[in-house]
Amino acid sequence: MSSKVTSDAKSRYARDAAKYRPPTPYLRNFLAAFFVGGAICAAGQILHAVFVAQGLDDGEAGARMAASVIALGALLTGLGVYDILGRFSGAGSAVPISGFANSIVAPAMEFAREGFVLGTAAQMFVIAGPVIVYGVIAAFISAAVRYFIVGIGG
Amino acid sequence: MEYLLAFLVGGSICALGQTLYDRTRLTMGHIMVIFVVAGAVLTAFGLYEPLIRIGGAGATVPVSNFGFVLTRGAISQLEQTGLFGLLNGLFSLAGGAVAAAIILGFLMALLFHPKG
Repeated sequence: MSSKVTSDAKSRYARDAAKYRPPTPYLRNFLAAFFVGGAICAAGQILHAVFVAQGLDDGEAGARMAASVIALGALLTGLGVYDILGRFSGAGSAVPISGFANSIVAPAMEFAREGFVLGTAAQMFVIAGPVIVYGVIAAFISAAVRYFIVGIGG
Repeated sequence: MEYLLAFLVGGSICALGQTLYDRTRLTMGHIMVIFVVAGAVLTAFGLYEPLIRIGGAGATVPVSNFGFVLTRGAISQLEQTGLFGLLNGLFSLAGGAVAAAIILGFLMALLFHPKG
């Protein structure tokens, strides 16, 4: 009986609190993510073209481009610029590979005060760890599915 | 034209991530995991390569590409060295990105202090 009262109170609280929470600006967030994310990818395309112009093949140019975007993301995180961009554009700067770099660099810096072993090194993977764990599991299964079931041409 | 396509495809992937973030209770960490897994699964069915052919960097800059290169590396080692290549190959293409982020993360922690 008492637990029912508590859950009623909780749902009433949730309903009342929702009225005072500012509404999520869906369209503004969508557009900010679209334009910032698109701009980062277009910049990646420019870098790719620069590496191709230097005579690298497509795959090698792609690898250099990814490394450059990671390096820029890491540097801008170090300078405190990437987190400002993140507050503005949300997924627009989190989803590109520079956001993956940011997810490693930001906690590495923040937890340096707790030491370089249990702070920087341990906390570095607070977000990147799950990304790598599930990426590896999904890629392991996907590679087997592609090779043994779908076929390489598929 | 390829720059516009990169902008549109990459922008759309990021906007999709933002919509997921705003409409659900998922955190950005969850969104990144979902995109990497989606990249791997699309690669299993041969659907990520066409996206790269259309969008170029619009498909290779988002984290979903990390799932693609993990899978692609495993497949190419599987072709060359057999079953053990499935393990050995996972980081053959994706390792560089992880190594770069670790090294730079450590360097930034040495050089800079977070603001605020």
